[in-house]
Amino acid sequence: MGVEGIGARVARKEDKRFLTGKGRYTDDMVVPGMKYAAFVRSPHAHAKIRGIDSSAAEGMPGVIGVLNGQQMLDDGIGNLICGWMIHSKDGSPMKMGAWRPLAHETVRYVGDAVAVVVADSVGEARDAAEAVVVDYEELPAVTDAATALRGGQPQLHPEAGGNLIYDWAIGTAEAETDAAIAAAAHVTEMTIVNNRLAPNPMEPRAALGIYDVGEDHYTCYTTSQNPHVARLVMSAFYNVAPENKLRVIAPDVGGGFGSKIFIYPEEIVCLWASRRTGVPVKWTSDRTEAFLTDAHGRDHLSTVKMAFDGDNRITALKVDTIANFGAYMSLFSSAVPTYLYATLLSGQYAIPAIHANVRAVYTNTAPVDAYRGAGRPEATYLLERTIETAARELGVSPAELRRKNFIRSFPHQTPVIMNYDAGDYEASLEAAMKEADWAGFGARKAQAEGRGMKRGIGMSCYIEACGIAPSAAVGSLGAGVGLWESAEVRVNAVGTIEVLTGSHSHGQGHETTFAQLVADRFGVPIDSVSIVHGDTDKVQMGMGTYGSRSGAVGMSAIVKALDKVEAKAKKIAAHLMEADESDIVIENGEAKVAGTDKTVPWFQVALSAYTAHNLPAGMEPGLKEGAFYDPSNFTFPAGCYICEVEIDPETGKTEIVQFVAADDFGNIINPMIVEGQVHGGIAQGIGQALLEGVHYDPQTGQLLTASYMDYAMPRADDLPSFKVSHQNTPCPNNPLGIKGCGEAGAIGSPPALMNAITDAIGNNDLTMPATPQKVWAAAHAAQ
Amino acid sequence: MYETNYHRASSVADAVRLKGASEESKYVSGGMTLIPTMKQRLAAPTDLVDLRHVAEMKGITVSGGSVRIGAATTHAEVAQSSDIKAACPALAHLASLIGDPHVRHMGTIGGSIANNDPAADYPSAMLALGATIVTDRREIAADDFFTGLFETALADDEIVVAVTFRPPERAGYCKFPNPASRYAMTGVFVTRGADGVRVGVTGAGADGVFRHAAMEAALAGNFSPQALAGVTTDPSDLLSDIHGSAEYRANLVAVMARRAVAAA
Repeated sequence: MGVEGIGARVARKEDKRFLTGKGRYTDDMVVPGMKYAAFVRSPHAHAKIRGIDSSAAEGMPGVIGVLNGQQMLDDGIGNLICGWMIHSKDGSPMKMGAWRPLAHETVRYVGDAVAVVVADSVGEARDAAEAVVVDYEELPAVTDAATALRGGQPQLHPEAGGNLIYDWAIGTAEAETDAAIAAAAHVTEMTIVNNRLAPNPMEPRAALGIYDVGEDHYTCYTTSQNPHVARLVMSAFYNVAPENKLRVIAPDVGGGFGSKIFIYPEEIVCLWASRRTGVPVKWTSDRTEAFLTDAHGRDHLSTVKMAFDGDNRITALKVDTIANFGAYMSLFSSAVPTYLYATLLSGQYAIPAIHANVRAVYTNTAPVDAYRGAGRPEATYLLERTIETAARELGVSPAELRRKNFIRSFPHQTPVIMNYDAGDYEASLEAAMKEADWAGFGARKAQAEGRGMKRGIGMSCYIEACGIAPSAAVGSLGAGVGLWESAEVRVNAVGTIEVLTGSHSHGQGHETTFAQLVADRFGVPIDSVSIVHGDTDKVQMGMGTYGSRSGAVGMSAIVKALDKVEAKAKKIAAHLMEADESDIVIENGEAKVAGTDKTVPWFQVALSAYTAHNLPAGMEPGLKEGAFYDPSNFTFPAGCYICEVEIDPETGKTEIVQFVAADDFGNIINPMIVEGQVHGGIAQGIGQALLEGVHYDPQTGQLLTASYMDYAMPRADDLPSFKVSHQNTPCPNNPLGIKGCGEAGAIGSPPALMNAITDAIGNNDLTMPATPQKVWAAAHAAQ
Repeated sequence: MYETNYHRASSVADAVRLKGASEESKYVSGGMTLIPTMKQRLAAPTDLVDLRHVAEMKGITVSGGSVRIGAATTHAEVAQSSDIKAACPALAHLASLIGDPHVRHMGTIGGSIANNDPAADYPSAMLALGATIVTDRREIAADDFFTGLFETALADDEIVVAVTFRPPERAGYCKFPNPASRYAMTGVFVTRGADGVRVGVTGAGADGVFRHAAMEAALAGNFSPQALAGVTTDPSDLLSDIHGSAEYRANLVAVMARRAVAAA
């Protein structure tokens, strides 16, 4: 590895502009004649719209237009869609209710958009939005998914009777699983709640819609993790404009965590409103709007039975999950509690029989979709809380119980579709236990007791599936898109290099990591490599960044394109030096004839390609190659996390005194960036376990956690210094042997923390977030 | 935020005059509550009269056995004041726990007590110190000043100019912060001085800050954490919300009180 190549801890190229306030985000964009949008939003969780009176608003200062959902319908703008078809056990397709960008008949959650005001300033737009009079007929609301499934509850969509979207199952036949459970020596049963989270990226969502009447062309600046998918969906389903008439640009984006994968009403409305009003229209969410309308994450209620034989081997697992989808089916919502969740229920363990049933349910809450980990944290939390509980019930060490059940030969086919390609779960477990000084815990606990503190330790062995997956496979499972990635490598005439990628960076450091690949290949400085992304006019097509796919899929596409560039460059160099192509090596910024002192500088090779004065016979000029990469399988990062806590029994306050992460991400391009991803993921996982939780009033459906006064985000002083290490079983299915690291921290940490807290207080009956009040009450109940 | 007019008052009299010039006007000091509330469009004063630049409302003085803190003094100034650290270190400690550095450099003691947020820190100290709230027209004992949630004895146009108190022999403050807002979920300020023992409790009371008579009685003869054993707080008088039930807060009152006494 060179100082800037694969494996080097290269400082992030992009940080200078971010840290000095020079990043350019959607809200920074200013175009001539630009005006501002404010949305009129429902104050009710469920109501019929009897009428909308915009007359007062239209006469207010600065107002250019007040637009509503009926006008949008009249203009042929389509419904928002969910792009992954799931079929219920009975073979029927999922029951998707209509989601209009601006509701014109019914509002279904607090924050549902019903009209938009375009005005000269944000303030005038908001003033006028308050003057729009909407006549609502309030309806009863339901916010809890299990309640919404019961008879006699408010019904959200006529298409989905009983609020049931689908009733889906996967894995071993239910009867066979039940029989294995009935024959078991021990069965651990639990009810597991996975709390609802608000994603809270630092940059709120924003959109700028620009309609050019001269060209009959639209441009949309937006906070998107996948601008090409946004263009595809807005064009194909929402009829905003044909693809060739719609440019989508996602410039610098300040965090997404999944919430910016999806297409929301606001960007569609800004584009449509720009055409309607004749001016560019910009909207930027405020923080309370973000709490109300960004797609939330998690919100599962599950029951689980884990069966063991007399030798403590797991013989069967049965899971029943109710997933709260909120008021509408967001873009990838249907895939999250199915193919991103139930397919991971084997964890790191050899389990001969697994049956999982999932019911997806409408409620009068914000839509729920993928949030960092998307299904995999839910699966890991359920499994790792259950196996820890089983160890306590069986009176064996939690590490031993896991060891006994680890999968140890690969490839391994689970009963829930997944085929694990590589892993060494014992290696991460050993590394984590050593780093955590597991053996010394007893002494530390005794010492803490002397100070009146309750000390506990907990572990979690997670697996996740990244880089989803072969396009044909996901297509057969219902995905509406392929999940490949594209890349184009453009070598300029002087040898500098631009890499165009369909991946999108919104905090991941692609501008550095991707450039390291190129620097490694040709031995050129990374400053001579630029990464271009996020603009549908520059990059032809791409599938974006989510599910830790930019490394395993996005970089694999770059490798394919680099292979092609290297092959052509070698031909040119061989021709220039009158050598055999197979003798050419490219390193340290020059092409060499192996075993000789003959060299041609890299820039000379590039220049030759463009002057075309002396190219091999029949060769086209230029040095630019593209590639599409479609993976042959998911990748399977895995690891072991150990958390140690001290609880103040008088107040219930938890202090995390140690957190160890041992991850196997396969090969690593930039360890510093990977560690940053792990740190951020663990912070979010600790946030879920200790602090965060979206609360709706169950009667009124009002959001009670709509600001940081009530929604607790993790702060630096809530977190310990993390001890991070890496084990490596390279992924055999992609050229770089990498697996992905973006979500691991958020997946592995919540059960480790909850196992530690429940160990400390001696009461397993505790839900996330483990607030001081809940921990205090549980600790007292245990006494 | 709705449109508003900003006025900078040069004196207390000027401030009263400016405020009286408009019906929907408000005084603003650090603005740590009012400005966010306005940004959320939950308050719409037509005119804001800024009190932070009035000389007679600024500064900390200790003389004649009395401490005077000008109402426009920031939390950071109180936290760092050597005079306050000498006279009543618990009060400096309290100020150091408010919000974050930004808030502590903007927010003021006068603004905090005039707002009387049920989870604000200062009101508990004012009660426990037996402080006097000096306004532009009178002096109000802290016991008479805090009248309910966000309610005080102040007239609409009355300005808190300063607070004064006699340094206690011993004082301690212990706070359990709300995990989200870091306001006090419960904060207890205890003092022992010439007037005996006083215990002020913030963050927990259903009607806002209050003095804890049972604790004061228990501590009067024995100013030690052990003296509080068995002293309970009726949960029916306490706040209950998504962060903490009344029962939990009753527990916190006991725990914070013990720790405040231990720290005093």
